[in-house]
Amino acid sequence: MASKINHRARHVALKWSHTAGLFCAMMVLCVPGLWIVLNSFRPTVEIMAKPPVWIPNNLNLDHYRAMFGGIGEGSVPVLTYFTNSLIISVTSTVIAILVGMAGGYAFARYKFKFKGGIFVGLMVTRAVPGVALSLPLFILFARIGIIDTHIGMILAYVALNVPFTVWLIDGFFRQVPPELAEAAEIDGCTRWQAFWRVEFPVARSGIASAGIFAFLTSWNEYALAAQLTRSTTSKTMPVGLLDFTSQFTLNWGGMCALAVLMIIPALILTFLVQKHLIAGLTFGGVKG
Amino acid sequence: MAQVHLRDVVKKYGTLEVVHSINLDIADGEFVVLVGPSGCGKSTTLRMVAGLEGISGGEVAIGDQVVNDLPPRERNISMVFQNYALYPHMTVRENLGFSLKIAKYSQPDIDKSVDEAAQILSLTPLLDRKPGALSGGQRQRVAMGRAIVRHPEVFLFDEPLSNLDAKLRTQMRVEIKKLHQKLKSTIIYVTHDQVEAMTLADRIVIMRDGHIEQVGTPLEVFENPVNTFVGTFIGSPPMNLLDGVIKDDAITFQDGSSLPIPPGYDLQEGQAVTFGVRADNIMPVGHALPSGDHMAEVEMTVDLTEPLGTETLLFAALAGTEVQAKMLNPRPVQSGERMIFQVMLDKCHLFDAETGATLRK
Repeated sequence: MASKINHRARHVALKWSHTAGLFCAMMVLCVPGLWIVLNSFRPTVEIMAKPPVWIPNNLNLDHYRAMFGGIGEGSVPVLTYFTNSLIISVTSTVIAILVGMAGGYAFARYKFKFKGGIFVGLMVTRAVPGVALSLPLFILFARIGIIDTHIGMILAYVALNVPFTVWLIDGFFRQVPPELAEAAEIDGCTRWQAFWRVEFPVARSGIASAGIFAFLTSWNEYALAAQLTRSTTSKTMPVGLLDFTSQFTLNWGGMCALAVLMIIPALILTFLVQKHLIAGLTFGGVKG
Repeated sequence: MAQVHLRDVVKKYGTLEVVHSINLDIADGEFVVLVGPSGCGKSTTLRMVAGLEGISGGEVAIGDQVVNDLPPRERNISMVFQNYALYPHMTVRENLGFSLKIAKYSQPDIDKSVDEAAQILSLTPLLDRKPGALSGGQRQRVAMGRAIVRHPEVFLFDEPLSNLDAKLRTQMRVEIKKLHQKLKSTIIYVTHDQVEAMTLADRIVIMRDGHIEQVGTPLEVFENPVNTFVGTFIGSPPMNLLDGVIKDDAITFQDGSSLPIPPGYDLQEGQAVTFGVRADNIMPVGHALPSGDHMAEVEMTVDLTEPLGTETLLFAALAGTEVQAKMLNPRPVQSGERMIFQVMLDKCHLFDAETGATLRK
């Protein structure tokens, strides 16, 4: 009897320490994000207070009003930045996914000369840090006149994302048995129909997860964008954040408000494709 | 329905030739089984008929039409794959109706054909499930349903039962045979399992290393194997083979013992031969072998027994080689027991020791 109680007590203690541990870990992960959201809603005085004010006294939408209304100090063309970000990220993601699908399918299904070499070559391009490329890219883009344009940014991001999408999508197509396409061909499909009606839907989760990775990379990228964009015609939101700094002041509230604006679409997208994303990431492990 | 003709069909991968100029004529409505060990080219041959592999030489004709250059969709065939290849994102109903949908049939027609096929294979209660929610046997039936829904001229089966457990395999074997009797269609079936081949086929095609070794009805290939390979491949347990030399109108084995020559052979003195006898034709005296003219008796020591219920397999040494014998109406046998065995000589075979080809006239 005593041992039974002892056992139960230990069980409860374990459960509690488990929960407490998880809480601490989640706090470390979530506090910066929450702090940004919180700061975007409170006055600068409270943000700058020392010691920090954990429980806000005064919540308002002043920073958002200033950001969208273009009033007050250092007004920032947020909507333009948002549009730029959206156009550049969406277009480059779509292109990277299309190229990634074609490339990934070829690597997964066909034999050709130098296949291994080309594949490794693609991976090696990922090993070069993006910033290292910013100067050569800047010079090249300046020469051909696509600096500070959407096209230039889209090109840069497609180049950045394609190796990754090819690699990821190749892995997903490898998981799709080739017999599926063969069965479809015997059932009356052309090669093209077999791909779109059978192989593509089966690998869809994987392609969706490749898509979200590509989108988030483009959406959040700062280093290249900081070099290759000059003005409101192509500046993206991460670069736009810098507009809140001036010589002597830092508009933390405004910056946080813009950061929140950046997080929202990424969050929505992640929620929308969440099911696919998880299915995609565990695809290989749970093949039935 | 249609006949299938293979004329001098060759398959090469680069310089490597894997199917060497094979010829085969399959009649309308015939159930032909291609059987052989793995790597013998049987699946490749089937895939060439299906159009999934290019044909490096020769001709494949379905009906009167040479199909060498036709894509699979224009050959009017259907195929059941070893791993079923069901479309995982579609329900059973959609899987069955897929080919008709591609062929742009109207929805009521598709539904009618699907229901009909589902009825034949008792799939009706499963129509709204996805393949992931089906058992192995059910998936197998869906794969067959997908094949029959279109009423193709030729059915191709690529080792369709090898992913099932033994009990289900036997059950599905019967279903496939019933299906063939019902549909009366031409079927080409590939397997490495000689039991499947024997039970299903109208005619068996035994392949090895890209060559056809023998074509015949199950009983023909069982009773008259053309060489030692067919003899050992068809039948379970495999045929016992013993090397010997013809001496004084008898087969003399290496240890000096001898057996009379089976009837129906014309042999020369000193000729090296391989003597083949199946376990069914070598039994202990008093266990079901009929008495007759062509019987011989040998004494052997039993090393090991495998009781199977209706019969017991006995492992014993004959002329220094381990052979398997059968005991019908079995009684318990101790290992080490010496027994007299009868050999039914007119069911025994002699092959050329060098080429393995039969020496039967």
